[in-house]
This record gives sequence, structure tokens and C-alpha cells, in this order.
Amino acid sequence: MPDYDNIRQQHDMGGLDKGPVVPSAHEIELWEKQVEAIMRLLSMRKDRIVTVDELRRGIEELPPELYDTIGYYERWIMSLSNILVEKGVLDRAELDARVQELEAAE
Amino acid sequence: MTGGGITGSGTEPRFNPGDAVTVSARFPTGRRHLRTPFYIRGKTGEVERVCGAYKNPEDLAFGNYDAARVPLYRVRFDQRHVWDDYAGNPADTIDIEIYEHWLEPAATGDPGDAA
Amino acid sequence: MPHDDPHAHDHDHAPIEADGPQGYYQHLAAATRSLLIEKGVFSAGDMRAIIEKIDERSPALGAKIVARAWTDAGFRERLLAEGKKAIEAEMDIDAVAADIVVVENTADVHNVVVCTLCSCYPVFILGRPPDWYKSYAYRSRAVRDPRGVLREFGTEIDPAREVRVHDSTADMRYLVLPMQPEGTEGWPEDKLVEIVTRDTMVGTAEVRAAG
Repeated sequence: MPDYDNIRQQHDMGGLDKGPVVPSAHEIELWEKQVEAIMRLLSMRKDRIVTVDELRRGIEELPPELYDTIGYYERWIMSLSNILVEKGVLDRAELDARVQELEAAE
Repeated sequence: MTGGGITGSGTEPRFNPGDAVTVSARFPTGRRHLRTPFYIRGKTGEVERVCGAYKNPEDLAFGNYDAARVPLYRVRFDQRHVWDDYAGNPADTIDIEIYEHWLEPAATGDPGDAA
Repeated sequence: MPHDDPHAHDHDHAPIEADGPQGYYQHLAAATRSLLIEKGVFSAGDMRAIIEKIDERSPALGAKIVARAWTDAGFRERLLAEGKKAIEAEMDIDAVAADIVVVENTADVHNVVVCTLCSCYPVFILGRPPDWYKSYAYRSRAVRDPRGVLREFGTEIDPAREVRVHDSTADMRYLVLPMQPEGTEGWPEDKLVEIVTRDTMVGTAEVRAAG
């Protein structure tokens, strides 16, 4: 469960010291581009299904230890799928079932 | 991503460039989405520009797409007033976008000396 | 081009993926995508089109804006006054979704941009943000120790110059207008474009005149 009452939220990190900056770049992977595309398609529609503010809020509601350990587009897809379920666009059971199918097919 | 521009009533900016403003030292809990960084709450700076009026992200984040527009400012702070141990040039500054409902007029005679 | 770094696979997090088997998050992404397509929320073609559109965006667009500002004083003035308007009206770059604030480096001021809360970045004029911009190290430290962070990029700012950090917290997106290096006065725009790198438009580097 997210710790809503933690006063300084995990993402709000300005002024902390999270180590030296490594000025690196990796080539974005296809699945990452797809996550980005899903988000843009949902937020650009006239009947906006998910806004960028909701995406961020969903990221901020991830458990702090998860926020700290998963990558950028991993945070995105966690938030996005949670919000789509929250809004009833997707059903949790059907989403879980689809993930299991994909895992089984590996 | 929403368009700017000050439109309609209720969004006339309360502050002007050059005004001394203090960021509210509020620390809400519960479900929330705040765009005012923790480190700047309670600090005093100067309005650099009025950016326009934008839908309040604190509402948009919970699916309220009819959220009211709120004037948005860029506020400039002296780094040595933001960080007690600031090590750079005393003239160094930081500009931050802050929505109007997070700003108060600075107490007079308190130019940038934040708690 | 920007991927010439030895730490090419250093992510903003630790382990997972790389080129191995698909992990949970990739499956979750694929499941979400396929269900949304089946429900008719969007099509596979919509996805391809939007990916292509984002792929087209790169620092080359920002470099064109900078080179124009260096060679056209009127444009520079309009750009600094109203970034989005000047870019859309005069640069033939479409769909600049966000309002753009252009901040100018001078002999007295060096600007650097960060988003401490997430990773706000002007994708429409610079392409996708690099990993370091999204890293917790950069997000946490750039506001409090900007000169130290810049040093980690090999950028030393004269102590006499003001360093001005911009924390991109809300609806503005930022483009740093770097200083034009000495000796490049009179260069044509297409030659200037080549010396303007992504990092110089975020403020973690300064433009150098190559040979």
C-alpha cells in the first residue's frame, strides 16, 4: 500500500544527494517507445482518457521501494495500467490474465 | 500540455514581476499531487514573470479535467537563501514555476530570508 | 550520435532487461497495449504513427533554433520574449505542444535546466531526454550543487558568473540559448548547427567551436 502520509514523497528529491551523475545514454528499446506511445495516444485525445498529471500521480503513488528500484518506463507502465484499471478502461483480472498468457508463451 | 493564456474571470494574476513572494509552508498529506517542491516551501523569492493561467494539476491528477485555471509564475530565489550550506557564487539563483495558490505576499523587510 | 558514451547501457536504475528475455514490465506493457487495441481505444497504426512522430524529434531541431538566434538578432529577441510563438511562426517546426521559455547564457549568467519532480523536457524540440536527465542523481543534486554537477559533465563555470538553475516543475519547457563561441562570427547557419549539441541546450555543457 502506498504510504500517502509520508510528508516528503519519494519523487520529490530536489536537494537530496543521490550520488554522482553518469552522463550516459542508452538506445531506447521498442517496448519503451510503445509505453510512451500509449501514454501520448491516451492523453492527446479530445476525451483525454489519462492526463500527464494522472500519469505522474500514479507514479508518485507507487510504493517508495518500487519507485527507487524500477526504471523510467517501468514506472510509466505501472502507473498507466493502474490508472486504466482505476478508471474502468481495463479490468484487473483481464490484464493479469493477459500478462500470464504472455509469460507462458515465452 | 494544456494551452496557457489568462482567460475568463478568477484568473487575474495577484502578483506582478518584481513582487516579493513567500512559498506557503504547507505540507499536505493524504492522496495528493503537488508541483511545489518540498525544498522550496517556506522560502521567499521574487516573481520573475507571469506565465499565464493553467488548469490546476492537483485536480487534473485525479481526473478532474474541468479543473479551474490558476495563474502560474516563475519565481526567482537566491540559492544561499534556499540552502543554508550553499557553496557556489552568492549571486547564484534558482527559478521555479509555482502556482498562485502556493504563494503569499512576503512579509515586509524580509527580502529572501527564509526559514 | 549522442550515444558515444562508454556507459552506453547505464540506465537510471539498476538491473533488469537489456537484451535478455522479456520481464514483467515488458509483458505488462504488451498486455496493456494489446487490450487497448482490442477495445478499439486506438489502433496499431495509430501507435506506429505516434512513435514515428516522436522519433523525428531530435536535438537537431533545437540546434536550428539556436543557430537562427545567433544569426538573426530580431528572431533572438522574439524567441526570448515568446519562445513557442517564435519557434512555431518562424522555424517551420510544428506541434510544439508546450510553452517554451528560452533562457540566454551570457558572459555573466549560465543557465541549467532540471526537473526535480519527474523529468519534464522539451521533447518537441530536443527529442527524448537522455538517461542522465531522468536519473535520480541529476534530479536530486542539480538544484543544490549545480556547479558540482556541471563539473561531472566536464563543464567548469567561472566562479564570477552566476549559475541560474531552472526547476521545470509545471507547464513551461526550457531551452537554453548557449553563448556563441568566439571565432564563429559570420559562420552560416548550417555550419553553426553542427556545433550545438543537446547538452548545451540543457545547460550541462557549453558550445565549443570545432576545428
